[in-house]
Amino acid sequence: MLNLLWLVPFLPLAGFLILTGSEGRLPKAYVPWIGAGSVGLSAALAAALAFELLALAPEARLFRQTLWHWMAAGDFGVDFAFYLDALSLNMLLVVTGVGFLIHVYSAGYMADDPGMARFFAYMNLFVFAMLILVLADNLPLLYLGWEGVGLCSYLLIGFWYEKPENGYAARKAFVVTRVGDTAMALGLFLLFAQLGTLDIQEAMARASAQWPAGSTLATAAALLLLGGAVGKSAQLPLQVWLPDAMAGPTPISALIHAATMVTAGVYLIARTHALFALAPEVQTLVAVIGAITLLMSGFSALTQTDIKRVLAYSTISQIGYMFLALGVGAWSAAIFHLTTHAFFKALLFLGAGAVILSLHHEQDIFRMGGLRRSLPLVFWTFVVGLAALVALPFTSGYYSKHEILLNAHGAGAAGPWLWAAGTAGAVLTGLYSTRLLLVAFFGTERTPARPHYDSNIGVPLVVLAILSLAGGLAKLPLFPALPETGTELAPSGAEGEAGGSIGLLTTAAPFLGVAIGYLVYRAGTASAEAVLKLPGGEALRRLWFSGWGMDWLYDRLFVLPFVALARLNKGDAVDRLYQGIVALTRLGHRLLVPTQTGQLRRYAAGMLFGAALVLAVGVWA
Amino acid sequence: MAPIPFEHALLLASVLFVLGLVALLIRRNLIVMLMSVEIMLNAAGLAFIAAGSRWGQPDGQIMFLLILTLAAAEVGVGLGLVLQIYRRYKTLDADRLSEMQG
Repeated sequence: MLNLLWLVPFLPLAGFLILTGSEGRLPKAYVPWIGAGSVGLSAALAAALAFELLALAPEARLFRQTLWHWMAAGDFGVDFAFYLDALSLNMLLVVTGVGFLIHVYSAGYMADDPGMARFFAYMNLFVFAMLILVLADNLPLLYLGWEGVGLCSYLLIGFWYEKPENGYAARKAFVVTRVGDTAMALGLFLLFAQLGTLDIQEAMARASAQWPAGSTLATAAALLLLGGAVGKSAQLPLQVWLPDAMAGPTPISALIHAATMVTAGVYLIARTHALFALAPEVQTLVAVIGAITLLMSGFSALTQTDIKRVLAYSTISQIGYMFLALGVGAWSAAIFHLTTHAFFKALLFLGAGAVILSLHHEQDIFRMGGLRRSLPLVFWTFVVGLAALVALPFTSGYYSKHEILLNAHGAGAAGPWLWAAGTAGAVLTGLYSTRLLLVAFFGTERTPARPHYDSNIGVPLVVLAILSLAGGLAKLPLFPALPETGTELAPSGAEGEAGGSIGLLTTAAPFLGVAIGYLVYRAGTASAEAVLKLPGGEALRRLWFSGWGMDWLYDRLFVLPFVALARLNKGDAVDRLYQGIVALTRLGHRLLVPTQTGQLRRYAAGMLFGAALVLAVGVWA
Repeated sequence: MAPIPFEHALLLASVLFVLGLVALLIRRNLIVMLMSVEIMLNAAGLAFIAAGSRWGQPDGQIMFLLILTLAAAEVGVGLGLVLQIYRRYKTLDADRLSEMQG
């Protein structure tokens, strides 16, 4: 049964090939069946593999499959090989399971779009690339998947390519993540040059054996890999692409945010955790980046008016929690939060998509209002998703976030600070979630909503809502793929020694945020505007709304100088050379034109002169 | 009969060739220019014949046959062109037919 592992990524690939190969000639009714069906089959297969793998003893939960030699040079070779352990199995289930639900949803959401076949083809390719990334046994294969999801995100964000700003957002996402990818590629080169192997497990083992903790090489390699993770997972300072990536269709946002691309960075760090354990400073940096990112994007989410941008900043913030967990060594807590986040963030995005569809592509939450009555199904599932996001007790998000915060508190000298940042972030999460809910779903109806969805959209919402509630129970045991460190919080709510008052505060934080949000937004938006009237309120709002001015900064720092340089470089030395050749040719042309008189006898004289010259050269030279 | 010295034959050929060339350069009548081309071709042919007999090789005569054929073809095409030109422009003055200039 485990031998069928290769089918899991290759089923979506087959779907992609069929959809692209048919070049749009396929009847429209078959497209979702191929697109969603192939991912559904691989999800079912992944579930079967999970049962088989988890039935084994923890130490034996490991499976390698070599499909073919990818490249060979002398005694050096790279195989196209998959590696399945508890960590990649967890990712496998998330990617195929949540991916399948998003595919089903897309069948409803994109039903009227003329590019539906193209859409499903890209989605399938996206899932394929992510599965390759997750299953890769060696670094080049991992990089192949890594770049594959980058390409697919570019294709999908710019899916509605008629609008120039969508193309701009797609390019931005591509270029910004490419900055991180370059760092990561350098990191891979460094690992290969120093360790002499491209196999991930082998490289990790050799790194632990060769490099003492804190050595320069380990630090450099970890830093470079962190660069790649930061780009893909939209963390400081490369987070600017994610809010703009909302230009794509909403199911894409769900897929990028929940199941695939942005979790790749978290997965990479978890996969190479042995390397990060060798570089404690870098690991602390991971935690600090996570803490700062989650706070900054929490404030940004507070001010957004576009429902999708609120969720986008919320994603950046939640990935910040995962980085925080990775940074304090709570590896399995990070992956746990990744899993629960996939459930509730997919749910929230799909719910937002249903709202947008029912309101004829209205995305401004201040023009929604009162959706509670007109879209009851979306409302209730959305409430569940937000409750999980806020981490209210007994939702899946509660267990994972709680575990992260307790682990953060116990992590050395910086621990209490990291915990405080994470808890403040939890308050913020409660605040912006309540704002979103109260403004969009309560109060007066500002845009008439006509429910515009069918079971294709309704069923995934319900399934994801159930998963968001019960996902805390579905925690896969990740040992020995990831070392067990820190506090493991049992889903039953039994807390370890780090519990007590800290645990109580951690649990109370979201309620505080919700309470503030309720007080401010209870009676419409008037009291929120009163807050803005406070000194500096409007300036802060604008700062947070623009994502702390990072776009502005990057514009000044990189884009404008680059454009200026490009303009300056328009006539560089090489261009001058070719322009010179052109000018010379023109000159020669102008000089020789008068000799073309059209008079036969002059031509004859010219020939005579030329013949005499050739003869003279022949005789005397 | 004493054989004609090779130098003499070459001299005659050169004189003929230069005469034809000069005529080509100074005359404006197209027919005369055609004739001077014929003279130059014949001068070249004479040089080939003389060289062939000097070294006892048949190559010179073969070349002459070639030139003869060439000249015949050239005259055929040339006269045709001259006829067309005269019909269109009512003149045979080469200097006035200078429309193809840059």
